[in-house]
Amino acid sequence: MSSLSHLINLDLGRTTKKIIVEYIWIGGSGMDLRSKARTLPGPVTDPSELPLWNYDGSSTDQAPGNDSEIILRPQAIFKDPFRRGNNLLAMCDCYTPAGDPIPTNKRFNAAKIFKHPDVVAEEPWFGIEQEYTLLQKQVKWPLNWPVGGFPGPQGPYYCGVGADKSFGRDIVDAHYKACLYAGINVSGINGEVMPAQWEFQVGPATGISAGDQLWVARYILERITEIAGVVLSFDPKPIPGDWNGAGAHTNYSTKSMRSDGGIHVIKKAIEKLGLRHKEHIAAYGEGNERRLTGRHETADISKFSWGVANRGASIRVGRDTEREGKGYFEDRRPASNMDPYVVTSMVAETTILWKP
Amino acid sequence: MSLLTDLINLNLSDCTNKIIAEYIWIGGSGMDLRSKARTLSGPVADPSKLPKWNYDGSSTGQAPGEDSEVILYPQAIYRDPFRRGNNILVMCDAYTPAGEPIPTNKRCNAAKIFSHPDVAAEEPWYGIEQEYTLLQKDVKWPIGWPLGGYPGPQGPYYCGVGVDKAYGRDIVDSHYKACLYAGINISGINGEVMPGQWEFQVGPSVGISAGDELWVARYILERITEIAGVVLSFDPKPIKGDWNGAGAHTNYSTKSMRNDGGYEVIKKAIEKLGLRHKEHIAAYGEGNERRLTGRHETADINTFLWGVANRGASIRVGRDTEKAGKGYFEDRRPASNMDPYVVTSMIAETTILWKP
Repeated sequence: MSSLSHLINLDLGRTTKKIIVEYIWIGGSGMDLRSKARTLPGPVTDPSELPLWNYDGSSTDQAPGNDSEIILRPQAIFKDPFRRGNNLLAMCDCYTPAGDPIPTNKRFNAAKIFKHPDVVAEEPWFGIEQEYTLLQKQVKWPLNWPVGGFPGPQGPYYCGVGADKSFGRDIVDAHYKACLYAGINVSGINGEVMPAQWEFQVGPATGISAGDQLWVARYILERITEIAGVVLSFDPKPIPGDWNGAGAHTNYSTKSMRSDGGIHVIKKAIEKLGLRHKEHIAAYGEGNERRLTGRHETADISKFSWGVANRGASIRVGRDTEREGKGYFEDRRPASNMDPYVVTSMVAETTILWKP
Repeated sequence: MSLLTDLINLNLSDCTNKIIAEYIWIGGSGMDLRSKARTLSGPVADPSKLPKWNYDGSSTGQAPGEDSEVILYPQAIYRDPFRRGNNILVMCDAYTPAGEPIPTNKRCNAAKIFSHPDVAAEEPWYGIEQEYTLLQKDVKWPIGWPLGGYPGPQGPYYCGVGVDKAYGRDIVDSHYKACLYAGINISGINGEVMPGQWEFQVGPSVGISAGDELWVARYILERITEIAGVVLSFDPKPIKGDWNGAGAHTNYSTKSMRNDGGYEVIKKAIEKLGLRHKEHIAAYGEGNERRLTGRHETADINTFLWGVANRGASIRVGRDTEKAGKGYFEDRRPASNMDPYVVTSMIAETTILWKP
């Protein structure tokens, strides 16, 4: 297919000033990503330069057929690693023609929280560890697992290397560079405990941009698995039994936590999170009860606990933070299919704005 | 999949100063290599400028779940042949948060021995001949071997060429160039006596760097076999019967041995090694008793003997060295699964520091 690649990789910059912008949004399930592209005069360097657009909400379960237009508002732009040149990806959120956020638009409320002066003053940083599983295309079974059977038990696969231990590294490595190219702050990657499960980390990102970056990173990942002929799963417990689940541990700090004496601010914040454990869990992803069992490096879903270097706790504080008396902490409860707009804004809201 | 290849081969130096650093360490079995990557601002050429990191030791058999952080200390940098650009591979060793080497960290003790003034003064050089076997992915049998059967007996395969004699040359040749690109001092390669078995040599390297280079060469090899869909084995006797085992012959010399009159120094060193034969054998790799039988170019595991040009001896001195009256010698006892930090430092310790 080399002539197809040749065309896909055409550098239009030499023949035209036009650019292609891929508008990305979240569909009716809250987890399905959608996108379509349009030609615009370029170059474009700010999302405010991009026009509003619209799509058929009746095809994504977000509007009735007789009143189907949903308005797309571009909120963040990134370089397109697939089309390259001056072409862009634009992360959007969705509104009714009257200008109200539709029910599945979680970004709107998150942006409100992140604009609150108390929250702005604290400069909340997020680092999200997105885990995911790669599945075979024809059968709903993880990549390279024998069909009708299982690989050897967990042990050799975490950060493993070798054809019998690492399944799908191509996808992971292509994703890493594609995201860095796009301008997404991917801070690292690693192979996970269950074979064919991987993790990438986005951050540190401030406020609303953590959600934007994670959603676009997920989009880029799904485009890459599409090229590779492999199915991407964000299910929090893809295989029942003695196999790890997939989470989206969310690391968090505020200005006060990062300054001297921050460890006390951290402990107070963790206390508040403990008081709202049920509310947070309800917003931390569907199906999380299959994952948060108290085994496989999780804490039981109904119990709130925290500890230094403790991977079996709801919240883990790193040894570095303990030693320096300031830093950040890790909320290990969110599932891989969480909405980062919801989780990041809720963590900020509970720890900065909420009074018990 | 050329679109995937385009992404994997993206040259990020055009759009960012960030680099990707792959931190490599040895896991709980003492032979399992692990790695994960992080984004740093680059470029970086000095390991002391790289940040320490940590990993989940409870997933590699190196820490309990409630106190799982193991700290990674970067010790040596090599260019990443997979990501290229300014991206790097970083060989690390592992410590507790309190700063103690964990039990599987053999580098720490080796570095101490190599820092001893008497050892440093002798500038110990090493050339390690790493043998290994390539196995099919879905069944534990060497590549190119018929399933349920055997190839013709040994004879045609050593340095052989041709589809019926050389199995897996792609892997060997890409490994050779990848290591040279990385900055590892590979001095050569050859096909081995058993079909599906190969050898590469690392050296001459001074002191601790022999271990660093060999471990990263092993890592690069396992990454390459992963790409090729072939399983890498360092088992010292992969196939029972009239088939050669796999070793890691370690060639060694000190300044005194390389100077005039060195031959006498060599003989004294060999004598000392003979007096500590049992101790060395215990540290020369698991399962070595299946390989050191006295047949297939080995000396029996219980016997210590040396000779010029004698491949059936524990230690072989080359005819060149005998003729010139100075040079080096070859310890043929270490198995392919030996730890080069242990073997190189033990040879230096016994021959330079130990007094009978």
